Amino acid sequence: MKNIFSTRMGIIAVGAVIGIGAALLQYFGNPPNMGICVACFERDIAGALGLHRVDVVQYLRPEIMGFVLGAFAAALCAREYKPRGGSAPLIRFFLGIFAMLGALVFLGCPWRALLRLAGGDGNAILGLLGLISGIFIGVQFLKRGYSLGRSYAQRKASNWIFPTLMVGLLLFLLFQVTFTPGGPIFFSLKGPGSQHAPIFISLITGLVIGALAQRSRFCTMGAFRDVILIKDFHLISGVAALLVFAFAMNLILGQFKGGFEGQPIAHTNHVWNFLGMTLAGLAFVLAGGCPGRQLFLSGEGDMDAAIFALGMIVGAGIAHNFATASSPKGIAAFGPAAVIIGFIFCLIIGFTQRDKITA
Amino acid sequence: MTTKHIDARGLSCPQPVVLVDRAIVAGNTDLEILVDNEVAFENITRLATRRGLKADVRQEGSDIVIRTAKA
Repeated sequence: MKNIFSTRMGIIAVGAVIGIGAALLQYFGNPPNMGICVACFERDIAGALGLHRVDVVQYLRPEIMGFVLGAFAAALCAREYKPRGGSAPLIRFFLGIFAMLGALVFLGCPWRALLRLAGGDGNAILGLLGLISGIFIGVQFLKRGYSLGRSYAQRKASNWIFPTLMVGLLLFLLFQVTFTPGGPIFFSLKGPGSQHAPIFISLITGLVIGALAQRSRFCTMGAFRDVILIKDFHLISGVAALLVFAFAMNLILGQFKGGFEGQPIAHTNHVWNFLGMTLAGLAFVLAGGCPGRQLFLSGEGDMDAAIFALGMIVGAGIAHNFATASSPKGIAAFGPAAVIIGFIFCLIIGFTQRDKITA
Repeated sequence: MTTKHIDARGLSCPQPVVLVDRAIVAGNTDLEILVDNEVAFENITRLATRRGLKADVRQEGSDIVIRTAKA
């Protein structure tokens, strides 16, 4: 049966839905100049679990659970649910850590970078330029035979784990569970972690986006990568639709605010906005997907993608515990160090993980 | 021209497309590509069409076999 979502019109429609959905989530209470941010939301989940203790960014974001479970449902219905894994999981885990470290220097994943641009945040231009640069570097490795090796079918019996984890987090959220006095699950009382749309709006939106993105193979990193690597404009048409429709929605909802200074949950350090996202972009190419795509893949049964996502959550904990994550005041003390170490790691991986090219 | 065989099973995005694109750029038009997932199938058939090839598809067990030829 033909998959209408993976056609050109299909992916444009999905991009439009995501752009509109993100603007609406912001309107209904999600953080300003954000709407949806996979990196920031995974960071908020890390905070809620106590993996870091920054009290302004602690919330179990239902959008993330929705992405995984929506993709899971869509994959099951389309018979694309295939448990698989075993393609260099430890490397993917660390790529996830460094991708998050880079993203939190800029304060956003590629989705947020696009949405910030659609909201008028000029600093997102530096982030997107950095993202494209990182992807460009990654493409050079791809052209020279970079590969983490094939994955293998896994037992169906193992694959309840990640969806069940998501359901578990959802239950913690719904029942506001606490385990020890003064301990997790944390819920921010102020700051971005306290800014959220009603749970069911976030969850339904996440589920819908998860399902549509799984069917359409939506991937913000792949969009730029495919243009550079094979001059394919399919994925980027979806990204363009996201940008255009988010921008239009922001105008309609009065959420557009142009400029560089004073943008919510953003800083104006151009160099590190650029370099943070360069690292993130490179890590996404080496891992084969943007953070959203990794969540949709994990819903499909891809355990390697799930490990990358877990690496991002752990990376968020590291970022805040070790003073690498930026804030609206600017970059953190060890942000540049994290980016440099991340580059070294990614370059080593890029150069060493190679199959011999047999043309 | 002899058919070039490419086994892209288990490879993650963008490996299958990279292998096929490399073969096409090297001048091969008759390819037989083995994939085991819909995404690789969609990406490869889209690439083949863009490069002026036609693609025939058949299912072989859990695998998908794509044969390309000059359109």
